Amino acid sequence: MTDAAISARGLTRRFGDFTAVDAITFDVSKGEVFGFLGANGAGKTTAIRILTGLLAPSAGAATVAGHDVAREGEAIRRRIGYMSQRFSLYGDLTVGENIRLYGTIYGLTPAQIRERTGILLERLELGGQVRKRVASLPLGWKQKLAFSVALLHEPEVVFLDEPTGGVDPVTRRQFWELIYAAAERGTTVFVTTHYMDEAEYCDRVAVMVAGRIEALGSPGELKAPLGAATMDDVFVTLARAGASRGVR
Amino acid sequence: MRKRAALAGLVWKETRHILRDRKTLAVILLMPLLQVILFGYAIRTDIDDVRLAIVDPVPDHATHALRDRFGATELFRIVAVRRSSADLDGLFASGRIHQAVVFQPGFAERLAHDGPAPVQVITDAAEPNTGTAMQAYATAVIREYESGLRGSGPAGAAVTASVRMRFNPTRESANLFVPGLIAYVITIISALMTAISLSREKETGTMEVLLVSPLRPREIIAGKVAPYLLIGMATVILVLAEARLIFGVPLRGSAALLLAEGLLFTGTSLALGILISARTPSQRVAMTAVLAGTMLPTVMLSGFIFPIESLPAPLRLLSVVIPARWFVEIARGIMLKGTGLAELWQETVVLAAMTAALLAASMRSFRTRLE
Repeated sequence: MTDAAISARGLTRRFGDFTAVDAITFDVSKGEVFGFLGANGAGKTTAIRILTGLLAPSAGAATVAGHDVAREGEAIRRRIGYMSQRFSLYGDLTVGENIRLYGTIYGLTPAQIRERTGILLERLELGGQVRKRVASLPLGWKQKLAFSVALLHEPEVVFLDEPTGGVDPVTRRQFWELIYAAAERGTTVFVTTHYMDEAEYCDRVAVMVAGRIEALGSPGELKAPLGAATMDDVFVTLARAGASRGVR
Repeated sequence: MRKRAALAGLVWKETRHILRDRKTLAVILLMPLLQVILFGYAIRTDIDDVRLAIVDPVPDHATHALRDRFGATELFRIVAVRRSSADLDGLFASGRIHQAVVFQPGFAERLAHDGPAPVQVITDAAEPNTGTAMQAYATAVIREYESGLRGSGPAGAAVTASVRMRFNPTRESANLFVPGLIAYVITIISALMTAISLSREKETGTMEVLLVSPLRPREIIAGKVAPYLLIGMATVILVLAEARLIFGVPLRGSAALLLAEGLLFTGTSLALGILISARTPSQRVAMTAVLAGTMLPTVMLSGFIFPIESLPAPLRLLSVVIPARWFVEIARGIMLKGTGLAELWQETVVLAAMTAALLAASMRSFRTRLE
């Protein structure tokens, strides 16, 4: 199991009577772009919160970067990056200050921070904006910057919780290029989304309906048996099937 | 080593937030300074210029002597002299007089032969506190006159002495309110500002990012509240200096002890702020909770404005669990009486115990958010 970047076995989280995540089992291998698909309230965010150590599982087990989520939270937190669906940078700090802050939090040396800041700004073509406050940047830039900052400490796994919400299609495309680039550098990417076109970009996809994984495989593998042309069709078919079984 | 750098980075970041939010910073720094002036002039419970009516049906040398006593004080001003008490109601109702001294015919006669001669003092008690004070002042004038008549025995001399002290026109209430004001300022800055800044990060989502970082919850909290500790202390010093310059409020005890106790109380308030922000879903709710949960008790139940002794019994009992009450007692002791830790250790222990309990509770509720 150590060669898997993420491994979940019967992972469950209940809030009172409500089971948000219902015994999900999956593996994500290193360097993979793994998509987590589902409607709002399907349990995507809860799953990501368990895997990042923000929530304890009610049952089941999971490892991230080889460490147990329930017991080795701190070891995991050093090895992962995280971008929440809400904006995760400080608007009243400048681009440079945000980068430096996260660098120091993750224990990078000033020299490392300087070096990586240079690379990051070049990659994002944000060179002229270092002294600009993040709040004044367009949303697309903010999201790309937040993603790059989440990668600053070169984590083994990066968790992205609906990173492209509210972003225009062109920026979304650029965002996915950044994701591919990170995966090529060996970072495992775990991304949740409810944009079905984005699901096509993933190596493998898990479709969540009402807390359960209804289907898991590459986009091609999922489309073929259902005779679906797009991931959108796959999703609608699975969601309807889940609803008709009266799951919720 | 790197860990310390991470913590320093957090403190630096929080300081940036504070410095860049100019409006809030101005409010934080100016509000206490303004409040010293406002409270200093507005919440004075000292009384001056009591408008007095005299009802003297048959004036004689004794009534004149007593009337002169009233007239001679700085406090009382005789605005009406009447033969009967018939129009007193009108005078009170119109607000022309605050108080009336009513003699009976044959006052000198009775004083000389029958012993105690009755004098009635009627006071407008629409405001009970000032009413009680005016009553006490008037009684004191009469007693002073009385003891002058009897010659000065040791008991009489004691009464005269206490009367003189009360008439000393110092702004004693300024002395009393400044320690309370310090408690108030510390509460606002520590509890309110930390609660707001913590719940702001919760609301914007940056808190989540901090929580998935290698920082431990207690490090996140320490990094966030450290700047407020400093600002709190700076404001306390400013308020003290201002109170001294404008109102001549003394600092008779050790300044170092006062600051140390201030730091302790700041810790109490910070813990409360953390606790409240951890238990509330948004900035707005956190703010309301802090206002109702800490500022109100600090104003009402700490002895800041209303003396603890004059509170109704249930509230007096409740005041025991208000941290500000203990701090106000400590600060008053140090500032006004010059007492030291030898006398104040009990209050200090109470405050320290409260701080420890609140910190433990706030850390736990901060952690339970992670479950």
